[in-house]
Parts: sequence; C-alpha cells; structure tokens
Amino acid sequence: MLKVEEIEVRYSGVPVIHDVSFHVNGGELISIVGANGSGKTTVLKTVAGTLHPTKGSMEFENEDISASTTVEIVRKGITYVPEERRIFGPLSVEENLKLGAYIVNDREEMEKSLDYVYGLFPILKTRWKQLGGTLSGGEQQMLAIGRGLMSRPKLLMLDEPSLGLMPKLVDEMLEAVATLKKEGNTILLVEQNVREALEMADRGYVLQTGRTIHEGTGQELLETDIVKRAFLGL
Amino acid sequence: MEMLVPTIISALLMGMLFALVALGLAIIFGVMNIVNFAHGEFLMVGMYTAFLTATVFSIEPLLTLPIAAMVGFLLGIASYYFLVRYLLKGPMLAQLLGTFGLMIFLRYLAMCIFGPDYKTLEQGVLIGKSIKWGSVVLSYPRLGTAVLSLIAFGIIYWLINRTRLGKALQATALDVEAASYMGIDTERMRGLAWGLGGATMGIAGALLTNFYYVFPTIGILFCMIAFATVALGGFGSIKGAFIAGLIMGLIIDLGGTYIGPHHKFALVYLTYFLVVVFRPQGLFGW
Ligand SMILES: Nc1ncnc2c1ncn2[C@@H]1O[C@H](COP(=O)(O)OP(=O)(O)OP(=O)(O)O)[C@@H](O)[C@H]1O
Ligand SMILES: [Mg+2]
Repeated sequence: MLKVEEIEVRYSGVPVIHDVSFHVNGGELISIVGANGSGKTTVLKTVAGTLHPTKGSMEFENEDISASTTVEIVRKGITYVPEERRIFGPLSVEENLKLGAYIVNDREEMEKSLDYVYGLFPILKTRWKQLGGTLSGGEQQMLAIGRGLMSRPKLLMLDEPSLGLMPKLVDEMLEAVATLKKEGNTILLVEQNVREALEMADRGYVLQTGRTIHEGTGQELLETDIVKRAFLGL
Repeated sequence: MEMLVPTIISALLMGMLFALVALGLAIIFGVMNIVNFAHGEFLMVGMYTAFLTATVFSIEPLLTLPIAAMVGFLLGIASYYFLVRYLLKGPMLAQLLGTFGLMIFLRYLAMCIFGPDYKTLEQGVLIGKSIKWGSVVLSYPRLGTAVLSLIAFGIIYWLINRTRLGKALQATALDVEAASYMGIDTERMRGLAWGLGGATMGIAGALLTNFYYVFPTIGILFCMIAFATVALGGFGSIKGAFIAGLIMGLIIDLGGTYIGPHHKFALVYLTYFLVVVFRPQGLFGW
C-alpha cells in the first residue's frame, strides 16, 4: 500500500534522513522504533507531505507521492496524528473531531465517523462540548487519534501516542491502537515503548541516525542485539 | 451635562464602525500573526470606491456597499498573493516594512489619481438628516452606519464561528501545521483571511463615506484607531474587537466633547500605551 524506498530528507539543506526504506501492506500494523533524534517524526512528516524527500521514492497505492502536498496526501487517505497531539485548544471536542473530517463533504458520512470515534472512545462523547485544551493528556491523545480517524483514512500514522502519559494510560492507549488494528485499520506506529510496540506489530523497522538498519517481524526485532541493548536494557 | 446622553449614544454608534474596522485587522492578525499596516488604506480604497460609484453613476451611496466589499475583498486577496506571501519567507523586519510599503504605495497612488482634495457626498438617503428623540438628536448617517456595521459584523462573526470554512480559518489561525494535517489548504485560508479583512474595510469605507470626507491620507487615522482597538480587545479576539470598538467610540467622542477636540486622538494613543503597558494581551486576549 505504502512503499518508501531509499529516501533522503533534509532540513534546510542538511540531511537528517539518509537512507530509509519500508513498506506497509493493507491491514498491517507496522512499528518504527529508534532512539530520540533518529528521525522517526521526520519520516512520518515526509510521508504526510510536510517535508519532501531529496532522493529516493515514495508510492502510495502505486502512485508517486514524493511531491504531493499535505492536502493531497490527506485526500489520498493518509492521516498523520502528530507528536504532542496538537489539539485545537480553544475549540470543543466535537469541533476538533469535525475538523478531522474537513475533507468529507457528505454530512451523513461525517456523522457516521463521529459515531465510530465516539464508540471507540466513549469518554470523548461525554465531553463533546468541553474545550480541547482543558482535557487531560490521555483524553487529548484519544481526541487526536479520533480526529485522525474522522476522514476514515486508509493509512493512519501515529507519532508516539503514549508520549507523556502515566504507565496505566500508556497500556490503555496501546490497547486502543491494537483495537484499531483488529477493526481493520492499517497503522504506521512510532513508539518509545519499544517492547510493546514491537510485540503488537505485524512487522517493524529499527531506525538509527536516519537509516533503517533492521527490518523484520516484531519478534525477530526483539531478539536483535541492537534492540536488546539500546531499548530493552538487556 | 445634558449633552452627556446624546454624546454617549452617538459615541456608541460610531464605536460600531470602529469595531468593524478592528475586526478586519483582527482577522488578518489572527490567521497570519502579521500586522497589516495598509489596513487604513484598504478603508480609503473602500471610500473612493463608494464615492466614485455613487457620484459617477449617481446611485444611492448605500447601494455601493456590495461593490466596495467586493473591491476590498479583491484588494485583500491580491495583497496576499502578490506581496504578503513572499514577505512571509523573509525576516520579521521584511514583514513589517512590507505592508508598510503597501500602505505608502496605495496612499500615494490615490494622491496621484485623485489629488489631495477633500471630497464629500452630497446626496443619499442618510445624508444630512437626523432624528430628534427628546433631547437626543441622532444623525441618520451615524445611525444607519451603526446598524449596517452591526449587521456586517454579525455576518462575519457567523461566517467564522458557524460555517465549515470559518472553522477551517480558525484552525489555521490556531495551528497552521495541525490544520494542514486535517487536509485544510492553509495557503487558501490565509488568502481568504486577507480577502475577508479587505472586504470588511471596503464595507466600513463605504459606510464612512456617508458622513466623512474622502481624501487620500485618511487611512492613517483609522489605522491607528484600529490598532488601538485591536490591542485593547486582545489580538485575534472577535468579541474583544467589538467591545473595544465601543470603548474606543466612547473615548474619542467623550474626550472630544469634554476635554477638547484637539486631544481626542491623543487619547487613542494614550489608551494604546496604557493597554500595552498594563494588559498587553488586551481585554479578551490569551
Ligand atoms: N525543524 C527542524 N530543523 C532542523 N533539524 C531538525 C528539525 N526537526 C528535527 N530536526 C533534527 O532531525 C533529527 C531527527 O529528528 P526527529 O524529530 O525526526 O527525531 P525523532 O526520532 O522523532 O525523535 P524523538 O524520539 O525525540 O521524537 C534530529 O537530529 C533533529 O534535531
Ligand atoms: Mg519524534
């Protein structure tokens, strides 16, 4: 479905991603793990169209997307749930969700998505009128994911959904991600909680200073030296 | 003292126009974080549009409103696409000086085309009439302008708070990057903000033409009032722009009546200064 090959990405001329390749098939949950600053967010933002690769290629459903704008990417069916959630604080929960369905013109479809998201995260329904900025961290993350689901994307990219949450909530959040996958969503997940992220993933990639250095099933990666040493402290 | 009530009423009426003028500035600032120094010149263009349309085709000045709104809208959009868009790529100073340059350009273009003369409309349903109500005398132009400003303000408020497009505009104002992840074309929203800001000024200008002189340098006066109003209300706050507009009307008219007409605009600066020092976020800012 998504195929990224040997991309290089630069920030104002300086390469940060040197050589990253990965692919996502329909229905898969793919985890990308790596140390702080290894370039995970940069990779997701490049797929999202905020940044563009200076080398390599990106295809989504066999179409070249390496030069597509963010708006085009969203319309093709990829949404990005950014790191640190980026909720519209002064807008209500429901207004935030409706903005997630900005590209959906059909009212009925939008209502259906809203029901779907409220079904996934019932707490959002009880808080629908509350301002996004006044939600707790966990609730904001649910809102961010819900907002990303509102356009019913073909591929959902989650950037550290458990960031800054207390341990109990981290588990809850990752369970929610697992549920999403069970319901047939295709997910590209970036996570700090390496063990959990790799255990629940179909496949995963290890990123190190802008390069994908390992690829395999979650279990395979958990047994590599680099994952054991760098992330699991074994 | 018997002057007090009529002065207050008249001041509040004028305040509604100030609110409209501030609204245009607030929209542009809210979405772009950029101060439009040419704001007053947008008003001037609206005034000339109304004045010329009304005199050349001898039509009722109020009917020129939609035309002035349209011209203002196009002027705003053009300013964004041909100038501001490029300024954004430059340093902060370029952004400041850029719209300053636009201000000078429009002002002296008007000077060049129309000359420095003061012009006034002589005919129109509102012009030169007033209504007496007890001891209170209200001029029709002020009354009509206030009502129409209120309506225009209401429509724009509705547009921003109740429509899908308005929500997208707000999202862009709050967080451009997050807005783009929603599939919102943020570049278009910025253009739209300038268009709306321009249209607001077109309308305000056309209204003002009913009771004020039209001349090329009128912009500076209203630009300063708009800055002070927006600072008072809180940058980017629509509710703030409204309340602050009314307060600004009171300051200018009461000051003019009780302290002296020479000082009324000094009071505007004084208010601006006090707000900046004591409550920089304004009344309704965050
Ligand atoms: N806007 C930017 N301009 C310049 N360099 C940047 C920018 N954003 C990130 N970088 C650099 O790019 C590298 C990768 O950053 P990125 O945010 O993609 O890492 P990450 O893997 O997501 O890290 P984290 O786990 O902390 O979120 C880092 O060295 C970072 O300093
Ligand atoms: Mg990151």
